[in-house]
Amino acid sequence: MTDMTLPAQADSRASAANKQSVLEGLRTRDRAFFWLTRLSALLVLAILGGIIVSLVIGAWPAIKAFGFNFLTVQRWAPNAQPEPILGGLGPIYGTLVSSLIAMAIAVPVGLGIAIFLTELCPQKLRQPIATAVELLAGIPSIIYGMWGFFVLGPFLAEHFQPFMIKTFENVPVLQDVFKGPASNLSLFNASLVLAIMVLPFITSVARDVFLTVPPVLKEAAYGVGCTTWEVMRNVVLPYTRVGVIGGVMLALGRALGETMAVTFVIGNSFKISPSIFAPSTTISAAIASEFAEASDVHQSALILLGLLLFVLTFFVLAIARLLLMRAERRSGA
Amino acid sequence: MSIRSFLSAAVIAAAAIVQPAVAADISGAGATFPYPIYSKWADAYKKETGNGLNYQSIGSGAGIKQILAKTVTFGASDAPLKMEQLQKDGLIQWPQVMGGIVLVVNIDGVAPGKLVLDGPTTADIYLGKIAKWNDPAIAKLNADVKLPDAAIAVVRRSDGSGTTFNFTDYLSKVSPDWKSKVGVNTAVEWPVGVGAKGNDGVSGNVVQTKNSIGYVEYAYAKQNKMTYVDMINAAGKRVTPAQASFQAAAANADWANAPGYYLILSNQPGDASWPMTAATFILMYGEPQDKAASAEALKFFDWAFKNGDQMAADLDYIPMPANVKEMVRATWAKHIKTH
Repeated sequence: MTDMTLPAQADSRASAANKQSVLEGLRTRDRAFFWLTRLSALLVLAILGGIIVSLVIGAWPAIKAFGFNFLTVQRWAPNAQPEPILGGLGPIYGTLVSSLIAMAIAVPVGLGIAIFLTELCPQKLRQPIATAVELLAGIPSIIYGMWGFFVLGPFLAEHFQPFMIKTFENVPVLQDVFKGPASNLSLFNASLVLAIMVLPFITSVARDVFLTVPPVLKEAAYGVGCTTWEVMRNVVLPYTRVGVIGGVMLALGRALGETMAVTFVIGNSFKISPSIFAPSTTISAAIASEFAEASDVHQSALILLGLLLFVLTFFVLAIARLLLMRAERRSGA
Repeated sequence: MSIRSFLSAAVIAAAAIVQPAVAADISGAGATFPYPIYSKWADAYKKETGNGLNYQSIGSGAGIKQILAKTVTFGASDAPLKMEQLQKDGLIQWPQVMGGIVLVVNIDGVAPGKLVLDGPTTADIYLGKIAKWNDPAIAKLNADVKLPDAAIAVVRRSDGSGTTFNFTDYLSKVSPDWKSKVGVNTAVEWPVGVGAKGNDGVSGNVVQTKNSIGYVEYAYAKQNKMTYVDMINAAGKRVTPAQASFQAAAANADWANAPGYYLILSNQPGDASWPMTAATFILMYGEPQDKAASAEALKFFDWAFKNGDQMAADLDYIPMPANVKEMVRATWAKHIKTH
């Protein structure tokens, strides 16, 4: 037996050492894994920082040449003599207004779809309609652009726009907003395409947060005799307000940065017109159109526009994330 | 989308599949205007010699940037560089092929070639001074055409473009007002109109918009069967856009006395000259770093001068006249050191 224990002891000593080294190895691997993932995470920050730095460097000649006037000047004359005159007001105005009109259309419709899906829709239809709306998000933006260019634009110019122009002909203020001539490519056309593009974002977020409303609240409201409208207005929407606003901000972020579809349908004019049926341009459309042929301060001005858009969407998305986080915390509690 | 651009895309896609095996492709970048003919030539050249061409149609301005950065063997531009700049950078420039720019309209009851405009009227339309089709200035030129009392929908390019450069150059030559207010460039500050991307975008827009006018390369107007407009040229004669009138403009051009071939073909004299004819240019270094690559590129362009005329005509481009080709060959021999 003794000759059995000795080797066993030696064995256990060896295995202890062995275990030690195995554990050490595992620990090293764990540490390596930790650093690998941390580096990946840091890499994202480094790329983000790098993009901002390179945008600022690229935009510097334009910042130096135009300063704050860049935000107030409407002229875009890359070939003006003796010095180019480049002001970003036109594309900035176009970006903001097209996104706002898109939101004005998409928010009521998107929320309407979400309410229908969560409250009123027969069970059998819920999934198909929800899937169809979400599939809208999967259509590449160039397809929206071509559809807007070939189908929607001519339709609006022939039927909708003349009707609006005639209807508001003699109404002060509105006669300028809906002023002719009708045009295939216009700010309104772009806004409508954008509205359709951001619809799925609003609907799917709203639907998800509507489902977090405790059934007991709704049932209590129905119990005291509320109509569906009153339940939505006074129970569901107040309860989910933060989440819904978050979803709207996400959609707004998308609308602000959309490039290809807008470039196709907005008409790419740097002039600001009070009429929404006149052509306009957005920051991203201006960059997409002009970057390849631009040089010197013209190129720098386009990069400056890009920087402004970056800052704009960054804040919009940051606010959206913040609100969505607050909504999640509340629904979790 | 026009058939031509679709075909050329297909040709390039096919070439891209075949090409990777060849290490020594000729590399070039620049203008989009001659892209269809360059890719057609490249395809035929490849079949004949086994040497490929890798041409990126990224725009004239970008092409000039690429050749200055020496990332390509040749650059291509629709807007020629001035002699001073060529000398400063040691570049040699020559015209490779020509094309025509035409005005297209979409007016009910107006057939191709029925409407006629002159330079100043065209400039006034693009300045927004003439806003209706029944304006006296247009009616005076078109006594026999019934024109509607409708607003003119002006369509122009939204992207920087050699086509725009040549068009605005023509308008500057015929209208002092245009020259002082807008000027010449690949992208200008347009007083009126909607901007559409590429020749495809402009032609598509004119086809869809009633009472519109736009400017496109001749090939786009022809292949999409659009309503082109006749022009009154510098000699005061009415001309129709066609190979013959483009060639007449090219033949009247005085290449021999243009230093660095800096010559813009708009508003050329001659009874038969089309006023909006344009050449597209190639840029190469006089003392290239990679002499072998430059020699290969010159072989390709020489081959295209020799064998490419029919192909160019098929795609509605205009080959350079024989005497200009000889001048260019002499320039190569004298100024580009390939060994």
